Amino acid sequence: MIDRVFSTVVFAAAALVVAALVWVLTDVVSEGAARISWAFLVTEPRDAGRAGGIAPVLVSTLWVLVIALAAALPLGLGVAIWLSEFAPKQRGFAAYTGITLDVLAGIPSIVYGLFGNAFFSVYMGLGYSLLAGGLTLACMILPVFIRTCESGLRQVSDDWRQGAWALGMTRAAAVCHVLLPAARPAILAGLVLGIGRATAETAALLFTSGYVDRMPESPLDSGRVLAVHIFDLSMNVTGGDGAAYGSALVLIVLIVLLNGLAQSLVDNWFKRRISQ
Amino acid sequence: MMAKCLDHLRSKDGRWNASLALLTAGMVALLLTILLFLMSEAWPFLISADTGHGGNRLFTNLLQNPGWYPLEGRFGLAPMILASLAVMLGAILIALPLGLINGIYLEFYASAAFARGFRLLLNLLAGIPSVVFGLWGLTRLVPWITQWQPPGASLLAAILVLSLMILPTIALTSASALASVPRELHTGAIALGLRRTSQIIHIMLPAARSGIVAGTILAAARALGETMAVLMVAGNVVQIPATLFEPVRVLTANMALEMAYAVGEHRASLFASGLLLTLVVWGLSWMAYRLGRHQRKFARHD
Repeated sequence: MIDRVFSTVVFAAAALVVAALVWVLTDVVSEGAARISWAFLVTEPRDAGRAGGIAPVLVSTLWVLVIALAAALPLGLGVAIWLSEFAPKQRGFAAYTGITLDVLAGIPSIVYGLFGNAFFSVYMGLGYSLLAGGLTLACMILPVFIRTCESGLRQVSDDWRQGAWALGMTRAAAVCHVLLPAARPAILAGLVLGIGRATAETAALLFTSGYVDRMPESPLDSGRVLAVHIFDLSMNVTGGDGAAYGSALVLIVLIVLLNGLAQSLVDNWFKRRISQ
Repeated sequence: MMAKCLDHLRSKDGRWNASLALLTAGMVALLLTILLFLMSEAWPFLISADTGHGGNRLFTNLLQNPGWYPLEGRFGLAPMILASLAVMLGAILIALPLGLINGIYLEFYASAAFARGFRLLLNLLAGIPSVVFGLWGLTRLVPWITQWQPPGASLLAAILVLSLMILPTIALTSASALASVPRELHTGAIALGLRRTSQIIHIMLPAARSGIVAGTILAAARALGETMAVLMVAGNVVQIPATLFEPVRVLTANMALEMAYAVGEHRASLFASGLLLTLVVWGLSWMAYRLGRHQRKFARHD
């Protein structure tokens, strides 16, 4: 009897959650699909975004993402390699770095926005620009990216390291040709997490890359990313809800596409490395 | 020849080691820079003496409530701190029981195929941008609450949207905490002839407790630091809410709203609230880390 009551409660709660989640998803997809067309993607916004498209917003989003990844990827991989291969004991300086990374990962995104504004926009004189926004995002995604890559590299069996050593490879060569390809799933996971966070981020970009919805001409121009566009349309523009749902669907599809792209790029790159 | 070759290899490794260590030191420098800039921007506010009451302005602002009138130099953060806590606690109150039951469902009740689909859905939802949740809350939830109790944009709306956002996290972490309980405990409970409800409530949940609590604390930290979704549905009136249906403004929303035009001491007060928020979130993450470590130890020494 009690078993039956309990399992009914469990199934009801699961059904409730599934229903709520499916409600959100279908709303976004159906409302968004009604707005999306080729013209929506390639034209400039008109009438504060109520009409027209999102072309400059898409371009700004990609700019910010490319800048963030270009800064975070090499730095992050380098630090992860040092932590796992050159300081495997996690003592002294390496232990402090580990704590630092966890502390950095805990900072709320809006606080990264405050920092980005004070450091990149004001102190470095970049103003409200795509570059300032991208660099702020790079700081934000670095800790999680490093941690994921590091744990992936640590999980590679020591047999591989000893094999590389026995073949007379330098540590650098072993990392490039053996260990990184072996840690591919973790690197991919870190990349996907970083892309997801960077593309979805709004709060950190409000006062670093700014609000301007013109087509950016260089990374030093201010530009409005998709997430900020959605925020602005729904909060500050009456009658902007339709376009906001359209942009929301584009944003979700973009995240899914970028994840797929990251997966195939990383796969290709490492396949070449191994077969060389 | 051989020795020369090895020397060459070693020096090459040394250069790699040195340059990568330098990069790593850059991470520590990044954290220090962030702290330095937050502190230096917040400094005018942290040290300024309050002429009216005497003593440090930050503490008088926290303890008394002069109201939030930045243009007149009155920076009462108390209503926003209370609102942040109320939104966080409310979201946890809804999301914890629901998420926990869903974790139990995933671990003990769902068929393999259904569990896989459910996990996929939860992961998908965990990856949806917060601004999209905010948009959905603003256009669906708020009008719905307005029909019931105007004005709609309220503490309740913020709590509901946030609980929907942290639910996937709590469900997935509880499921993995339950999965990491030693199998012997479960088989022992079955061998004792306990009914299924007792197995779960009296054996499995207590054993997975610290992992579940750790996941919940992490979700709470996320709820506290969340900006966009709350900003979009909470109404953003600075006040101490008396009922669930009154609009509130949380700390993060305040920063997002006023950063664009704040100067001088006003700007410093926003950085100070950012610093405060960061310290609280760090405290929560540290608690979650300690509890999580306890759970892992438990799982090893079975």
